[in-house]
Amino acid sequence: MTLNALLFQALNGLSSASSLFLVAAGLSLIFGVTRIVNIAHGSLYMLGTYIAYSLAMHIGGALGFWGGIVATAVVVGILGALIEIVLLRRIYRAPELFQLLATFALVLIINDAALWIWGPEDLLGPRAPGLRDAIEILGRHLPTYDLFLIFVGPVVLIAMHLALARTRLGRLVRAATQDREMVGALGVNQAILFTVVFALGSALAGLGGALQVAREPANLSTDLTAISDAFVVVVVGGMGSIGGAYLAAVIIAEVKALCIGIGVLHIAGMALNFSKLTLVAEFLVMAIVLIVRPYGLLGRVQAAVRSIAEPEEPIRAATPTFKLFATAVLVILIFMPLLARNSPYTLVLGIDVLIAVLFATSLHFIMGPGGMHSFGHAAYFGLGAYGAALLVKWLGAPMSVALIAAPAVALAGGLLFGWFAVRLEGVYLAMITLAFAQIVWALVFQWEELTGGSNGVIGVWPPPPFDKSGFYFLLTLALTALGVFLLRRFLFAPFGYAMRAGRDSPLRAEAIGIHVKRVHWLGFAIAGCVCGIAGGLFAFAKGSISPETIHVQRSIDGLVMVLLGGIQTLTGPIVGASLFATLQDTVMRQTEYWRALLGGIILVLVLAFPGGIVGAFTRLFTKRAAVT
Amino acid sequence: MSDLSIRALSKAFGGVHAVREVSFVIERGEFLAMIGPNGAGKSTCFNMINGQLAPDSGEILFENRNIAGLRPREIWRLGIGRTFQVAATFHSMTVVENVQMALISHAGETYHLWRPAAELHRAHALDLLQQVGMRDAADKPSRVLAYGDVKRVELAIALANEPRLLLMDEPTAGMAPRERNELIALVKRLVVERGISVLFTEHSMDVVFAFADRIIVLARGRLIADGTAAAIRDNPKVQEVYFGTGKTFAAKASP
Amino acid sequence: MYTRLFASLAFAVTLAAPAMAQQTIKIGELNSYKSQPAFLDPYKKGWEMAIEEINAKGGVLGKKLEVISRDDGANPGTAVRAADELVTREGVSILAGTFLSNVGLAVTNFAGQKKVFFLAAEPLTDKITWQDGNKYTFRLRASTYMQTAMLMPETLAAHKKRWALVYPNFEYGQAAAAAFKELMKAKQPDFEVVTEQATPLGKIDAGAVAQAIDDAKPDGIFNVLFGGDLAKFVREGNTRGIFKNRTVVSLLSGEPEYLDPLRDEAPVGWIVTGYPWNKIKIPEHAAFLKAYQAKYHDYPRLGSVVGYVTMKSLAAGIAKAKSTEPDKLVEAFKGLKIDGPFGPFYYRAIDHQATMGCFVGKIALENGKGTMVDFKYVDGTSVMPPDSEIKKLRPASAN
Repeated sequence: MTLNALLFQALNGLSSASSLFLVAAGLSLIFGVTRIVNIAHGSLYMLGTYIAYSLAMHIGGALGFWGGIVATAVVVGILGALIEIVLLRRIYRAPELFQLLATFALVLIINDAALWIWGPEDLLGPRAPGLRDAIEILGRHLPTYDLFLIFVGPVVLIAMHLALARTRLGRLVRAATQDREMVGALGVNQAILFTVVFALGSALAGLGGALQVAREPANLSTDLTAISDAFVVVVVGGMGSIGGAYLAAVIIAEVKALCIGIGVLHIAGMALNFSKLTLVAEFLVMAIVLIVRPYGLLGRVQAAVRSIAEPEEPIRAATPTFKLFATAVLVILIFMPLLARNSPYTLVLGIDVLIAVLFATSLHFIMGPGGMHSFGHAAYFGLGAYGAALLVKWLGAPMSVALIAAPAVALAGGLLFGWFAVRLEGVYLAMITLAFAQIVWALVFQWEELTGGSNGVIGVWPPPPFDKSGFYFLLTLALTALGVFLLRRFLFAPFGYAMRAGRDSPLRAEAIGIHVKRVHWLGFAIAGCVCGIAGGLFAFAKGSISPETIHVQRSIDGLVMVLLGGIQTLTGPIVGASLFATLQDTVMRQTEYWRALLGGIILVLVLAFPGGIVGAFTRLFTKRAAVT
Repeated sequence: MSDLSIRALSKAFGGVHAVREVSFVIERGEFLAMIGPNGAGKSTCFNMINGQLAPDSGEILFENRNIAGLRPREIWRLGIGRTFQVAATFHSMTVVENVQMALISHAGETYHLWRPAAELHRAHALDLLQQVGMRDAADKPSRVLAYGDVKRVELAIALANEPRLLLMDEPTAGMAPRERNELIALVKRLVVERGISVLFTEHSMDVVFAFADRIIVLARGRLIADGTAAAIRDNPKVQEVYFGTGKTFAAKASP
Repeated sequence: MYTRLFASLAFAVTLAAPAMAQQTIKIGELNSYKSQPAFLDPYKKGWEMAIEEINAKGGVLGKKLEVISRDDGANPGTAVRAADELVTREGVSILAGTFLSNVGLAVTNFAGQKKVFFLAAEPLTDKITWQDGNKYTFRLRASTYMQTAMLMPETLAAHKKRWALVYPNFEYGQAAAAAFKELMKAKQPDFEVVTEQATPLGKIDAGAVAQAIDDAKPDGIFNVLFGGDLAKFVREGNTRGIFKNRTVVSLLSGEPEYLDPLRDEAPVGWIVTGYPWNKIKIPEHAAFLKAYQAKYHDYPRLGSVVGYVTMKSLAAGIAKAKSTEPDKLVEAFKGLKIDGPFGPFYYRAIDHQATMGCFVGKIALENGKGTMVDFKYVDGTSVMPPDSEIKKLRPASAN
């Protein structure tokens, strides 16, 4: 690679960085002020590209293109404001992260809406009027539009910086980012501030999407791509730091451009294809940055965010009624293979539901009582699944051995990743868990010789009698019940109390001799270990696994299950997982637009039960008890 | 025998000397107040003793063992309890569970996975709550308590590891005057019964002059006075840092 | 608080009522409709039309065909559950569909384990019929290896020495690149790879990739990108002039699904496999085209053909087997002859692969739209490796 080629790739990197920065800046703004993990931000970006496409095609010419981009930003900004007013405002007092559930529903709905409006095909917009060609730099051709983008990033950065520094709104935004309660104390109408910030952040997402119209086709999968990129950039830069976001965007884009520029390298007879690294480059960067700088490149230690949600009730040991009820459910489940003799699919679905229950309960173990919001819990599911499947594939291990290995492998992963993760807090912890999951995913994806690459491992079937779904159901039930019981027992034991103590007040916990980091680390490992059982069961239930087992989609599903059931209750994840798994299965058969339907149902649940389903019921009962 | 002996303790933050060469001792069973105007270095000094900050130089000898730079949990294990300026309990637990948690930790049972925590040390915890007058609230969620009550619960927690030294950072901050005196009287009674030494910082001069056995005064990071209430009251240096020249405590604080 | 769990399970039990006595022949179909709508929307239209035609003529064995279609969630786990649901709840013994290679392989494996018949419609991985093939699985679409091999004559004729490879970083892309290298090495001794760009699927950094290829100064480019990645790559490559004076050989790019979004930027001169729907003159296709346009007022994409032929194949297979029993169907499919829109082809007994071919030609611009010129139909049989090699690849248990 010549020096000129390197320099030129750096220019390519800068134009990509601008695009990354625009989405990330809006997300950073919104998160900083409202603390909402808005995963619908990528959907707004996607809508930006679609709307800009429509405007450019229907109006045409320079007006349609350039005017369209501006109009798109405005339209998407208004849409963002509407989302804030109509939906999110109703659930600010819900337990933290609950808003994530609402925005997840929006992702599903917006995606299907876009499919309905614009159809399934990729829509490639026109080239930018006035910037159609390329100019020669360093003996190479750089598209003038890329050159334009290189400048757009810094221009928006400077504009935002000035707006934050010089205007009243900007000062309020900065104040709110530092300490949300202070703004309320200053007598500012918080509702209006949130709406305005949401509108601005959304407009930036819309602008970012609209500017892509000349570079890439509008496509229904850009929503998730954009949101994951944006989160990485925001976290690497440091939450709330706009300058940090730009710096992070540049670093990530440059690392990718460099990997692509290097291409295949021959080292000691081995051919290393660096371009394959682009698969995880951003997550590698994020993991390294967070290990070295726990608050991102330019982020500052966050003032502890006092939750405005209603705090958690103390946990109570099971009442006799509850024990009776749980036993009854268990007995019914044990007889399920007999009850469902004539409908074998009930067992197939039941196995999936039970696996989901174990997955969600193990996630809740660290999310709820541990206060560690893992966005990468699929890693341990995948490690368990692959641990089991690879033993079968390469060593011909029997199922019993594989099912013991599954939690062992996941435990090892939990110990390794947890050691780094517990050193971070809040959203940084969430993002490093996501980074680890993505790295595991990429490793599994790339290490074709061992893992079968993107095809995964096939032919992992349980031996007789477990090849009958009735027997496999019972095995799954036994292990799930055992896992759930153990985790519950741990939570009522001193260890679980110590974990909650460390969450409630780390300083106080340390001051009574609790090694908070170690307790949380072990909690993380236990959760990973139990999750590994779920992964192992999954592999044998399906007979095949592939990297999707570890995909971020599964991690998000886990979050949705926990939040849907109610993060502050111990039975919440069980109910949430059962409901979500059954719902997903049912809804997928009902309509072509099943995503929108699923999203709609979740929205209704979110609005009807802020605090989760079990949370709402518990509250109802406690209130009633208080009245009588 | 001195319980705690501070020798030439210093700490700077980015070139600003928060605490400079501070030395003092606490005798066994002594009730020692640390006072000084805002920014005098009290909290920094405190946080070095309780382990939240590591000193740049100097020694903190507790029962002749240097604890400078140890972590809070290690210092706690040696027999030093503490309360917080802004009272902190575990809000997802009941009052008695808060105390039980400390007892569990003291017994080295933190990592136990089996027996329900609620069954462990409950009688002991209730006894401690009885002593601080919070027995009736034992099974309430700790988050619903009034602030003054939280302070009392904190005291029960702080006594759980049978400390020989108690560090209290502004124990009466945010409390009404009557509550203040009650709380400090309670503390004094409990520590005297147990022979615990106490180091506390305090803004309210009424409380300090009424209860402290001895007073040390910090100003701009340095120790400027060390003596009995009467000696401190008459100390011109102290009067200067608090009031400028010409004024005294006399009018305000009569014992 | 187990109420909900119980309620949802009870709900599931009622849902899972036993399959009704069969008045129709049920075919279970599953595909990644949500994840790959560009290909699968037309695909669905294609098979719906086929079912309509078959049933209008009285169905098969005196019964009408009924397709029960499911979304496979674009991942193997959900796909296997959907397949399980089709088999256990709907009582089908015939499965068809899938698009993604890993999903296709998982369902292939499922079919082998549960002994149900599976016709893989679109997944291209060679493994479905070769390394991981089994007795119960057949595949319609020409595999990655076959499609790459179809491009070989034109590629060799160009006689370029230095090649750049660009492919999406997953099974399909990797397998295509590997097949291309293997075939080229065997047939052109001075063949040399100057750079390989494996880009994350759906996330290509097109500018940088195009530039890296240009910097490697290749004489020829072998492209496996498709969909949105292809559109980005083509636009960046055109603007940066990297395709000038270079031979570009590209898989699938002539399919309307991927070519049409490029509009007037379609890369002229690329040697591609594809589907020039408005230029195929054979009567079988003319009839298909006419019926499709009459029904949908839209032109068919390649997906339409795949969907259509999938159901036509199953109908023919069932008719020949005179049964829907998997074992009988397997026997019937061996050597089963089909007359599809691309003309006649058959399902090979040796590896269960259909010989339906592809159109190979060059991309050109006509009326501001991309199309294929100088194309010819390459039959699948012509590009197959010798039987002895296939026997080595395919497990003995699969026959």
